[in-house]
Amino acid sequence: MAEVSLRKIVKAYEGGVQAVKGIDLEIQDHEFVVLVGPSGCGKSTTLRMIAGLEEITAGEIAIGGTVVNDIPPRDRDIAMVFQNYALYPHMSVYENMAFGLTLRKFPKAEIDKRVKEAARILDITPLLERKPKALSGGQRQRVAMGRAIVRDPKVFLFDEPLSNLDAKLRVQMRTEIKKVHQTVRTTTVYVTHDQVEALTLADRVVVMNHGIIEQVGPPQELYHHPATKFVAGFIGSPAMNFIPAQLEEASGGLNIVIAGGMSLPVPPSRVDRYRGHAGKPVLFGIRPEHLTDDKTTDKHHLEPLSLTPEVIEPMGMETLAHFKLEGTEISARLDPSTPAEVGKPLALLAHMGQMHLIDPATDKVI
Amino acid sequence: MSSTSAPQAHPRGIFHKAGSLRAERRWALWSAYISLVVAAVIMLAPPVYMLLTSIKTSAEIADLSGNPWWVRAPTLENYLALINNPMFRGFFWNSVKVTVAVVSISMVISVLAAFALGRMRFWGSQVLATGVFLTYLVPDTLLFIPLYQIVGGLGLLDNAWGLVLVYPTLTVPFCTWIMIGYFASIPKELDEAALIDGANWLQMLTRIFIPVALPGIIAATIFAFTVSWAAFVYPTAFITSPSEMPMTIGVVSQLIRGDTFAWGQLMAGALLAALPPVIVYAFLMDYYIAGLTAGATKG
Repeated sequence: MAEVSLRKIVKAYEGGVQAVKGIDLEIQDHEFVVLVGPSGCGKSTTLRMIAGLEEITAGEIAIGGTVVNDIPPRDRDIAMVFQNYALYPHMSVYENMAFGLTLRKFPKAEIDKRVKEAARILDITPLLERKPKALSGGQRQRVAMGRAIVRDPKVFLFDEPLSNLDAKLRVQMRTEIKKVHQTVRTTTVYVTHDQVEALTLADRVVVMNHGIIEQVGPPQELYHHPATKFVAGFIGSPAMNFIPAQLEEASGGLNIVIAGGMSLPVPPSRVDRYRGHAGKPVLFGIRPEHLTDDKTTDKHHLEPLSLTPEVIEPMGMETLAHFKLEGTEISARLDPSTPAEVGKPLALLAHMGQMHLIDPATDKVI
Repeated sequence: MSSTSAPQAHPRGIFHKAGSLRAERRWALWSAYISLVVAAVIMLAPPVYMLLTSIKTSAEIADLSGNPWWVRAPTLENYLALINNPMFRGFFWNSVKVTVAVVSISMVISVLAAFALGRMRFWGSQVLATGVFLTYLVPDTLLFIPLYQIVGGLGLLDNAWGLVLVYPTLTVPFCTWIMIGYFASIPKELDEAALIDGANWLQMLTRIFIPVALPGIIAATIFAFTVSWAAFVYPTAFITSPSEMPMTIGVVSQLIRGDTFAWGQLMAGALLAALPPVIVYAFLMDYYIAGLTAGATKG
C-alpha cells in the first residue's frame, strides 16, 4: 500500500508533441483515483508513466515515497490491468495468475494460497484450469484482475479495463471492481473515457484535457462545482447546456439576458460573486436535469421558461426534450408523464440555484 | 484461420437469386476441381514416375518396348542396394548432421534477432529489419564465389561443416523475417504485462514469446530444414570427397558414372532423400501456413 505522487510530469514525443504538459497529482494511500478525459487527453500516457512503460520526459513520480523515474516496471511493485486483458494465451488461468509470483520465486504453497484466494474473491475458482480462449470477455477481465490481486502490489493500475465489454457486463464489472477495491483497499489509479465509470468508481476524479488536469475532486464536487467549461460539459449526461448570454444589472440584482430578449434573474446569494462580470458576455450553463417541469426537487429560484421541443426522446424513467434556442441546441429532462409534443410550446422551469456562469474569455466557471 | 473458408448457408425464401447462386457456386466448384486435378497430375507425374522406375530392374528400365508407366516385375533391389551401401548411409548421415546443425543455428539466431528487431525498439531497428530482408533477395548463385573464398580461407572446403557455415546465410534472413512478422502479431500489452509481472527480456522471450509464437517457429524451422536438406548448388561447389557429401549430391555423383546412369538406384535414392521433408510437411503443414500468414492477418 502506498501513496503516489506526480510532480510536474511532462511527456513529450519526438517532434515536440506534448502528450502530458506538467501535471501535479497526489494520490493518497488506499485511494481510488480515476483519470478521465476524451481520447488524446494524456490520461493513458500518465498511467503508463506511473507503470514505467513510458519514459518520463520531465518531472518526478514517486510511489510510496520512492522516486521511481529510473526504476523498471517490475521493481515498482505495481500491477496493471489492460483494456485487452493481455492474458498469456498459452497458460491456464491458474498459470496466468501465478506467473508474476513464479518469476519472483515465491514458494509454491504461497502461490497456491494467493491464487486460490484471488480466485475466490473474483468468483473464478471453477475456471482455474481453463485457457484464456475458453473464457468470455467478463471472465478474462476477472482473470486479469486476479493476476493483479495475487501480486498484492503497492498500486493497481487500470487502463480502460471495461471498454471491450458490452454495456450490461460493463456495469456488472464496474460494481465488481468497486467491491474488490473495498476488499483489498489497494491504492488504485484507473483510466477511462467514460465519465459515468469515473463518477461511480472514484474517491476522487481527475478530469484531464489536452495534457493538463482541468480539475481534481470527489464526484459530487465535480458535478456540482465544475471549475471550467470543459469539466462542466464533460461530467454529466446528457451534457450541460451552454447558452450565450449577457449579464446585466437590474434594480440591485443581476439578470442573465439571453439573445432574443429572454431574461432570467440571478439568485440573490450569487449576485456578489457575479457582480464583476456585469455588462459582459457570459455563457449560461444549466444541466438538462435542472431545466425541467419537475417542481418537487428544488423549490428555490425556479424561473419559468417557455420553449418549443424539436425532438422528444422518451427514456422510460424520464423524457428528454431537445430545443433550439437562438441557434443553440439545448436539452431538458422532463417527467415522463408530461404531455410534451414536438412543435408545441412547453412550460419549463430553470433551477437557477443550480446554474453556472462561465466567462467565455477564459472558459472558467465564475 | 479455418472460419474464412466455411461455406455460407443459403437463406431460403426471401432471396430469389438462390437458384442462380447455386448454379454459380456449382460452376466455381467444377472449375476449381478441374484445375486442381490438372495441377495435381502435373505435380505428381514426376514423383510417380520416379517411384515406378525405382521398383524396376535395370533390364526392365533399359527395355524400351511396352508401357513405361507399367511395372512388370516389381523389385526392391534398388532400395536394398542403397541401404546396404555404407557410402550411401554416409550421405544420409551427412545430410542429417548438416541439417540439424543448420536448423538449430538458424532458429537460435533468427528468433533472437527477430525478438530484438521486432520488439525491443531501438534506434535503427526498422532499417536493420528491412536490411535483413534485402539480404534474402540476393540470389544464392551470386554469393557462392565470395563464400567459396571465405570457406576456403577457413580451411573448411570439402568438409560438411563448411556447409553448416554457409547455409545459415540463406536461412537466417528469411526465418528472421517470418519471426518478425509473427512476433508483430502478438499484442504489445502481452510484453508489457510480462514486464510488470517481473519478467526480464530473456524470460519474456522464453516464457511468453516462444510458446505463443510456436506456429511461426515451426514454419521457420521447416523452411530452414528444407533449404538445408535440399541444397544442391553449394555442396556441388564446395564438396568433392564422397565421405563429406550430403544426399543431394552424393546420389547424383556416385550413381552417374560418365554416361552410365544407374536409373533405378538414382530414383530410389532421390525418393529416399525426399522422404524426410515429405514427412515433416505432412505433419506440420497447418503450422507452416499459419506461420507464414500470421503477419498478414494478425492471427
